[in-house]
Amino acid sequence: MEQVHNRRMANVTLNVNGRMQTVDVEPSTPLLYVLRNDLDLQGPRFGCGLGQCGACTVLINGTATRSCVTPVSSVKGQITTLEGLAREGGLHPIQQAWIDEQVPACGYCQNGQMLTAVALLQRNPRPTDAQIREAMAPVLCRCFTYYRIQAAIKRLVGGVGPTASLNESVVRGAGPTASLNESVVRGAGPTASLNESSRGPAGEVA
Amino acid sequence: MNTIDTLLERFATPSRRDFLRTSGRLVVGFTAAAHAGPFVSLAAQTGAALGPGPYPDPDFHQLDSWIVIHQDNTATFYVGKTDLGQGTGTAFRQIMSDELDMAFARTTCVMGNTDITVDQGGSGGSDALQTDGYPMRRVAAEARRVLLDMASQRFGVPLDQLAVSDGVVSLKADPSRRVTYGELIGGNRFNVTLTGNDINATTGIAKIKPVQEMKNVGLSPRRDDVPAKVDASPIWAVGVKLPGMVHARNVKPPVAGAEVVSVDESSVSGMPGFVKVVRERNYVAVVCEREEQAIAAARRLKVNWRKPATAPFPASGDLFAYMRRTVPTSSPNPNVTGNIEAGLSSAAIRIEAEYEVPFQGHTSIGPAHALADPSNGQMTIYSNDMKSYGLRNGVAEFLGIPRDRVRVVWMQGPQAYGRTAADDAGFEAAYLAQQLGRPVRVQWSREEETAWDTKGPAYVMRMRGGLDAQGNLVALDYEARAADYCHLGYNEHDTVLIAQLTGRRRATPANGGASAPSDMYAVANRRSAMHVVSLPLVWETPLRTGNLRDPNGPQVTFAGESFIDELAAAAKADPVEFRLRLLTNSVRGAVRRPGPASASAPADPANSDPPDDSGFKRARSLAVVKAAAEAFKWDARPSPAPRSSGEILTGRGFAYAYRNQTVVANVAEVEVNRRTGRVWVKRLVCAHDCGLVINPEALRRTIEGASLHGLSRALYEEVTFDTEKVTTVDWRTSPTLTHLDAPATLDVVFVNGDPNPNRPDLPHYGAGEAALKPMIAAVANAIYDATGVRLRRVPFRPERVLAALKAARV
Repeated sequence: MEQVHNRRMANVTLNVNGRMQTVDVEPSTPLLYVLRNDLDLQGPRFGCGLGQCGACTVLINGTATRSCVTPVSSVKGQITTLEGLAREGGLHPIQQAWIDEQVPACGYCQNGQMLTAVALLQRNPRPTDAQIREAMAPVLCRCFTYYRIQAAIKRLVGGVGPTASLNESVVRGAGPTASLNESVVRGAGPTASLNESSRGPAGEVA
Repeated sequence: MNTIDTLLERFATPSRRDFLRTSGRLVVGFTAAAHAGPFVSLAAQTGAALGPGPYPDPDFHQLDSWIVIHQDNTATFYVGKTDLGQGTGTAFRQIMSDELDMAFARTTCVMGNTDITVDQGGSGGSDALQTDGYPMRRVAAEARRVLLDMASQRFGVPLDQLAVSDGVVSLKADPSRRVTYGELIGGNRFNVTLTGNDINATTGIAKIKPVQEMKNVGLSPRRDDVPAKVDASPIWAVGVKLPGMVHARNVKPPVAGAEVVSVDESSVSGMPGFVKVVRERNYVAVVCEREEQAIAAARRLKVNWRKPATAPFPASGDLFAYMRRTVPTSSPNPNVTGNIEAGLSSAAIRIEAEYEVPFQGHTSIGPAHALADPSNGQMTIYSNDMKSYGLRNGVAEFLGIPRDRVRVVWMQGPQAYGRTAADDAGFEAAYLAQQLGRPVRVQWSREEETAWDTKGPAYVMRMRGGLDAQGNLVALDYEARAADYCHLGYNEHDTVLIAQLTGRRRATPANGGASAPSDMYAVANRRSAMHVVSLPLVWETPLRTGNLRDPNGPQVTFAGESFIDELAAAAKADPVEFRLRLLTNSVRGAVRRPGPASASAPADPANSDPPDDSGFKRARSLAVVKAAAEAFKWDARPSPAPRSSGEILTGRGFAYAYRNQTVVANVAEVEVNRRTGRVWVKRLVCAHDCGLVINPEALRRTIEGASLHGLSRALYEEVTFDTEKVTTVDWRTSPTLTHLDAPATLDVVFVNGDPNPNRPDLPHYGAGEAALKPMIAAVANAIYDATGVRLRRVPFRPERVLAALKAARV
């Protein structure tokens, strides 16, 4: 259903994930709506429209930018969205770290979390814990996955490979490895417990 | 374009519904089932999108409604729950593949679409595994039984001469003779009728397995929803596009309870892309071709509103005074043990305290949204509603069309842990689509969502307690007032916001409710009294209450477990030791009910949760409290800690709760900045017993998220309002936990506190909400330990903490 637009519409050409794309929109339109509705990208998401939460984050020349408050006509550089992170045939290391650490819950904000982390690591490959917190602070998560996001970033900082434990830990009840099952203290009254304390984030001084 | 058509090309599969209804054969539409994960549900959704309707309910008495075995020996499970990102879909695959004896990697799970999955209610109440896990295990066990029968006939041998592993049946005597499940069923239907009076009772003839025979349970296969959430896959309800779709934005009353006098459509009709202004009584929306056009038009539309004659509510600063003085709308009978007044008057030490928790919002990271398509005389709603089935039923009622002409395609979306129990955008999109005869996408703004989402009720709680001369608790009184009148339920067609604004609401509001702390302390004299109060404006208000994650739990546990800490301090007792005493005393007097003793009997909630299970609950409470203290390396001493002289004061706090058979204890270690009032919860320990653990890693993530959600509510969250409107409208006025607040360490301890040493394991209880329950109290108790100052008003933002420290000259 094509709409005949009035004269305020204009052609705007964008470099998105390495491709030049021209759209016919009102020049003050926030970049977010052009990316989502005209270019059909799923990565940047509407969260607030106010530049406060980070769900709409894209990289413009490598800088994490809030696309919901960026007029499309003001964009001069190369835009990278979550779709553009993956490299030939494989995920970007940040995406792999997110999977290895099993970060997302609902996942809606994770676009902004991952792209902000990419921008951080590009300008500072070895951030301290405090620098990670500071850089990530403006990106909100209402499933509260902050602890795991920071752990995922520290995986990359520390060069720590994926831990094997995710697929191997047997906690209680059934499991193929009898010896692991025996470590569960069963029905022994009030002290029956299995201390399954998780490791702190890599590099964390307890 | 990422339209439904192109999605269909990419993930093409025949209509599941058509398979169920007509064909009897399912051509395999995907081969790499193990990797198809999230795409499978999308494929099913888009495949179903071809069907012209109607969309009758899948028959829960047919095995084919639950499980399809494909010819390539893969299986698809159809589950009527929604996975909000806590791994329930993966967990269903684990328990069902175990019951079916199919390799986990050869299974997929389709969830939450009303036309292809049985109505199991979507998600809510942390009941996915606790309640629905059992019918899902039973139907999978029944499928295994039927397949083994087929093999028995094919080989002409009795069942006991067959072995089965990973979907391959072989002869014990001659393992070279084998057949796969896929070959056995050969693309046909099971055509097996199940029994059971309701969906939860669905069962076949087969028995479920004892836990020792389950191979995938207790392992942590990675959640199958995660990859698509990190690679921008088209799994989101916000991303669906349909030909001819238009964009709508609501125009909300600027003052709660205001009425529309007139709408000046000419103020926007010349704007680019303008389609229509829709108004029915006080519901106003603007529809445009493009999203940014709808946003601009909604801002510009001139509406003449008439303010209500009386203020809709007191300002938030006056809320608690109002709640104390107003006459309750209802006061359920209190829970009483012994004689509270006699107990208090005989006590050597009596203390009392009042606690206040404001309204707190769901404040989803993504505001409400939905896309509704009225094509073919049906209504299809693409939605992230956690209760997709309720949305379907509610929309049918609201629009006055038969249920089987409405379906909800459940997709991923921003979650808000109860917000979509009143799925306003889904109703609005369907309403507008019916009005316009075109697909309409509704998207709420941030201001709209934060101001007008459903709220967790505000509470005022008075506690009184009495200790005897030895410091034993002899009397404990709780009296609460909850602002919860007209509580909204589950996508009811006559209570959602558009029903209120259009005047189609029911006449009588829901009574609402109030809760009491949930613990296993035995106190000789105890009373828990509750009252519900109403604000002046009942309908069309942004202060409508709904189900916010663990409804009421964090509020009432804040009072209950803070006060236990106050009593421990009054008794000069260590807070953990004081709790253990309250739990241990009671165990001595309680009858132990061990539950099913046979080691081979499968755990089943029906017989492991006897009517009087207080001994069972107390034993498990003791185990969890002890495990939390042990993991934290808790050193026994009374609170508060000796105060240091530096800028940073440190302390630790403990809190415990029982939630519907799940036991949790949180320990928080805090740093309180004496100069700024900032509180950082540096370290958290959560000890958790939810019975049989299906997927430890997914459970750990769930507990981490719930714990930090509790931190956010403890430290930041509060809905504020003047006497006309809510004034929390964005992330500046409605602050939330951020990366700066993440604990340095967060330890989760899985506990098995079952007092029955002969039982292989407990049933799988719920876990989505429990860890939230004690968290506010744990933080408050830690702040007290650090500073000697008791905070009895949530949230503990720096300015409140600083003021309290200054008042106490800390």
